[in-house]
Amino acid sequence: MSVLVLLGSIELGIIYAIMALGVFVSFRTLNMPDLSVDGSFVLGAAVSAVMSLNGHPFLGLGIAFIAGCGAGSITALLHTKLKIQPLLAGILTMLALYSLNLKVMSGRANIPLINKATVFKPFEGIILGGYDYSKLLFSLAVLTLLLLLLLLFLKTRLGFVLRATGDNDQMVRALGVNTDLVILVGLALSNGLVAVAGALIAQSQSFVDVGMGIGMVVIGLASVIIGEVVFGVSSLLRRLIAVILGSILYRLIIAFALDIGMPPTDLKLVSAVIVALAMSMPILKKRFL
Amino acid sequence: MLRVESLSKTFGKGSTNEKLALNEINLSLQEGEFVTIIGGNGAGKSTLLNCISGVYEIDEGRIILDSKDVTSDPEYKRSRHIGRVFQDPLKGTAHDMTIEENLAIAFAKGKPVGLQSGVTKKDTTLFKERLELLDLGLENRIRQKVGLLSGGQRQALTLLMATIIKPRLLLLDEHTAALDPTIARKVLSLTRKLVSEEKLCTLMITHNMKASLEYGTRTIMMHGGKIMMDLQGEEREDMTVDRLIEQFEKRSGAELDNDRMLLS
Ligand SMILES: Nc1ncnc2c1ncn2[C@@H]1O[C@H](COP(=O)(O)OP(=O)(O)OP(=O)(O)O)[C@@H](O)[C@H]1O
Ligand SMILES: [Mg+2]
Repeated sequence: MSVLVLLGSIELGIIYAIMALGVFVSFRTLNMPDLSVDGSFVLGAAVSAVMSLNGHPFLGLGIAFIAGCGAGSITALLHTKLKIQPLLAGILTMLALYSLNLKVMSGRANIPLINKATVFKPFEGIILGGYDYSKLLFSLAVLTLLLLLLLLFLKTRLGFVLRATGDNDQMVRALGVNTDLVILVGLALSNGLVAVAGALIAQSQSFVDVGMGIGMVVIGLASVIIGEVVFGVSSLLRRLIAVILGSILYRLIIAFALDIGMPPTDLKLVSAVIVALAMSMPILKKRFL
Repeated sequence: MLRVESLSKTFGKGSTNEKLALNEINLSLQEGEFVTIIGGNGAGKSTLLNCISGVYEIDEGRIILDSKDVTSDPEYKRSRHIGRVFQDPLKGTAHDMTIEENLAIAFAKGKPVGLQSGVTKKDTTLFKERLELLDLGLENRIRQKVGLLSGGQRQALTLLMATIIKPRLLLLDEHTAALDPTIARKVLSLTRKLVSEEKLCTLMITHNMKASLEYGTRTIMMHGGKIMMDLQGEEREDMTVDRLIEQFEKRSGAELDNDRMLLS
């Protein structure tokens, strides 16, 4: 694997880590399998592309976050108010978002952003050894900021209640907190982060495709689980950093697989296998070790 | 203080397993009363507590707490005035969070939940003081996850969490039934201590006949969704376990399921 490929994978890993943090919030903190992620990722990308076309790439990141929050809220309301199972609620939102995303993209299946203003443009030219570090560094800055904010948030009273709801929602209600509202906040935040990741990917690739979100949930989950297995879960900060490292490691695994000649069309198959393996780790360990 | 008026609850209405769990229950609690509830399996004891706390919607009747009709309030709203400890030690705490974090959530009851710091230094000092009362050494383990605690330790912690903000009403559903006898006794005496110190209005379900007379100021016996017996004052003081069983069988026309009831 060349250094350029390596750096490229780390760069992708950093951006996708933002999505993985979002997936961490729903899957781990709230303990809810939320499949709306596939749709909210594209929603963030689409919103950000449209904002870029209009010359506001940075504002686009913020609006992508808000749009993602909206998508997450819909899933939460489907679940809490209409009592639809979380899995199905997420699938419904994901499906609805497919049409909505096309609307955002004015009916086009893809939008190229070549030669348009992107969030990375102003930083371009930090070149060392033939690699432009601008994307990597800017993404890392965004990721670090979001990591710190998320960590601080999880240590607030609302953050405590969020974590407790995933752990034992009955207890949270018994202590006087409306868990429906907590789930709404959690899923909104989760999908907001996912949408920001989608936006950054769109900006980085200068391209949005309506199908780019397929399997995002699985990739996010893979990152979370790889992170947990490899880097541990002892403290909250450590868990969040593990998710980020998990995301980077996942990209490196994929790059390695491509490097040894795997056709890119097999990527999703590999992702699914990684997640299946990682999730069955406890049982496999018991059986074979 | 608490008034339950002709409360009825049927599970599975219209289905073949329709079950009338509560049949026109009337119950009134005075300030500071500590009521123990006994009765056989399926008598409706847990259902009564769950209806009062809002876990179940009721079919008929009214629930009045502090002269306010709370019948249509959701569970979480009522919880601001009600403390609860469940039979299952896993139900009362968040196992993946620390003792301190669990107490912080309990201590935030009735306060706005927003972006304020989850736990302050001042809170920690207070939590340690309260934990010392339990005499379980938990004050030195405040940063440890609750998942590491034994069932008895968890129930003691849950009891503390249920009362750290003084509730108007404390509901205990066989909260010592899953513990071994020594720990159970410890949690029971802790219950008595907290209830009497704070003069808490309490409803405690127990399957221990002796404890039902030993603890509290009033004893209620339930059967088939009805209150069969309501003992207080002198009548209660003169009551023995044997006579209690005799009375129960006479009034309910049923044998007491001795296997679950602890008679001594
Ligand atoms: N969620 C439920 N759905 C259907 N039926 C229920 C439900 N909860 C309780 N019941 C039924 O209602 C009746 C009363 O149950 P309840 O749990 O209140 O009894 P209990 O007095 O607490 O008994 P135990 O001593 O066994 O705890 C029982 O016949 C029970 O099968
Ligand atoms: Mg019961």
